[in-house]
Amino acid sequence: MNENPFLIGEAMTGGYGTGADILHDCTVAVNKGEIAVIVGPNGAGKSTAMKAIFGMLTMRSGQVSIDGEDITNLSPQDRVAKGMAFVPQNQNIFTSLSVEENLEMGAFLREDDISETMNQVFDLFPILKERRRQAAGELSGGQRQQVAVGRALMTQPKVLMLDEPTAGVSPIVMDELFDRIIDVAKTGISILMVEQNARQALEIADKGYVLVQGENRFTDTGSNLLSDPEVRKSFLGG
Amino acid sequence: MDILHALIVLANFIIVPAIAYGSQLALGALGITLVVGVLRFSNFAHGETMAFGTMIVILMTWLFTAMGLSIYPLPTALLALPFGIIGCIAIVLLTDKFVYKFYRKAKSTPVVLVMASLGVTFIMNGLIRFIIGPGDQRFADGARFIIKARDFKTITGFKEGLAIKVTQSITLVTAIIVVAALFWFLNKTRTGKSMRAYSDNEDLALLSGINPERVVMITWIIVAILATIAGTLYGLDKTFKPFTYFQLLLPMFAAAVVGGLGSPVGAIVGGFVIAFSEISFTYAYKKVFTYILPTDWAPTSLVQLLSTDYKFAVSFSILVLVLLFRPTGLFKGQST
Repeated sequence: MNENPFLIGEAMTGGYGTGADILHDCTVAVNKGEIAVIVGPNGAGKSTAMKAIFGMLTMRSGQVSIDGEDITNLSPQDRVAKGMAFVPQNQNIFTSLSVEENLEMGAFLREDDISETMNQVFDLFPILKERRRQAAGELSGGQRQQVAVGRALMTQPKVLMLDEPTAGVSPIVMDELFDRIIDVAKTGISILMVEQNARQALEIADKGYVLVQGENRFTDTGSNLLSDPEVRKSFLGG
Repeated sequence: MDILHALIVLANFIIVPAIAYGSQLALGALGITLVVGVLRFSNFAHGETMAFGTMIVILMTWLFTAMGLSIYPLPTALLALPFGIIGCIAIVLLTDKFVYKFYRKAKSTPVVLVMASLGVTFIMNGLIRFIIGPGDQRFADGARFIIKARDFKTITGFKEGLAIKVTQSITLVTAIIVVAALFWFLNKTRTGKSMRAYSDNEDLALLSGINPERVVMITWIIVAILATIAGTLYGLDKTFKPFTYFQLLLPMFAAAVVGGLGSPVGAIVGGFVIAFSEISFTYAYKKVFTYILPTDWAPTSLVQLLSTDYKFAVSFSILVLVLLFRPTGLFKGQST
């Protein structure tokens, strides 16, 4: 499938704590500078697959590597240090802190001068620069997502993992958000994304993974999946 | 002329004492609200923490007085304050290490930590009584008044006097300095911001690489500093008795809840709300009304709503009312 993927979670099997397995031999990977999207019906294990790659799951078998390095046994915090950034679906910002403070907290582990990275984030999301001193909780849903993504970008990650970034966001804002995600990918950061809005997500995806009940069902490029009649019938509403 | 006299009486018996008492409550409530915000439980041992810090200050004050050290007109206790703070920090960190840490690691519910803090209360109280005895300790030396009632009358020619004690002004000045320093720390330093982030969203803070044990340690240190200062100021102003500080828990918690649990600004505002309420609801307004109303209407009774014994009933009632109608408090804290 992928020749030397940058980030790969291979043959993952596992679940939460001591509960039943949610993932069964699931493989997800993303190449450098590309966008990989995980789609599927509700309860398919999409978010679970991403959390497994980030180390928030009890993985019974399988392995995760980034840039050739095996990180299967690292804690989530240690994986952040390896260049992974994770944007959860809910509660992904510090609502009582200002936008600027949110970004500062994103860069907490960095020792060097973060102002340049912050300017890059502000260039990417101009509205955040406008509202930098405002409490993040006062922003609209789409703007909060921008804060969440901006916060993750402050660590200068190599991989950005987004869990349903357009959840609860209006269609226009969703288009804008996807445009930004493409911009981020252009800077060389790999993007791994779980999405409910399957059609729009696959449109911008270099690689798509359709998961059903914790297993890989279809794996192909975004455009191929979009034009595949079986995929369209099952998941994209024809 | 008479309105002025009424105002002076109000200032002397309500406003000045309430400002002092409110500052002390505010500092105490700040410590409580920080623990709720960051450590996520109501620390019933806060009163004893204040008492412990004050006890060390008293012991060192006795030592300094015996050594002949003095900073007249300021009370010697201020010299001893840093030592009391260090002692309090030590006991608070030890308590966390041997008591609260266990429950934190076990992810116990907040109510378990509250019960643990009750146990800590009893042990600390016993320890304090063991060391310094259960009696009253007056340790305020130095000048007593900035301006005496009699002098005020002489200077201004009014019939009513306004007295301001040295301890009351120290309380206000210290409270202002401490609060300013605390707000600077929380809002302008990286560590302070990380504490606010940890209080806001624990999981996201951990994801950002914020070290939880460090945040906990710094919180306890700040709490110990606030508690010692608040306890010392209160003890200087009134007197030190091991049981008094446990009773102060009620107005301090009321202040923290009224202001909004977890909100530092709320704790300060709440402190003054409670202090002013307690004092103004239990004051005998006979003199004030005698000055304000026409002579025929002058009251014969004391015009006292509640006797001073009911001071704690006032804070308790305010606490209950706030919990019933606006549990998140004035500044939208947590509603635990």
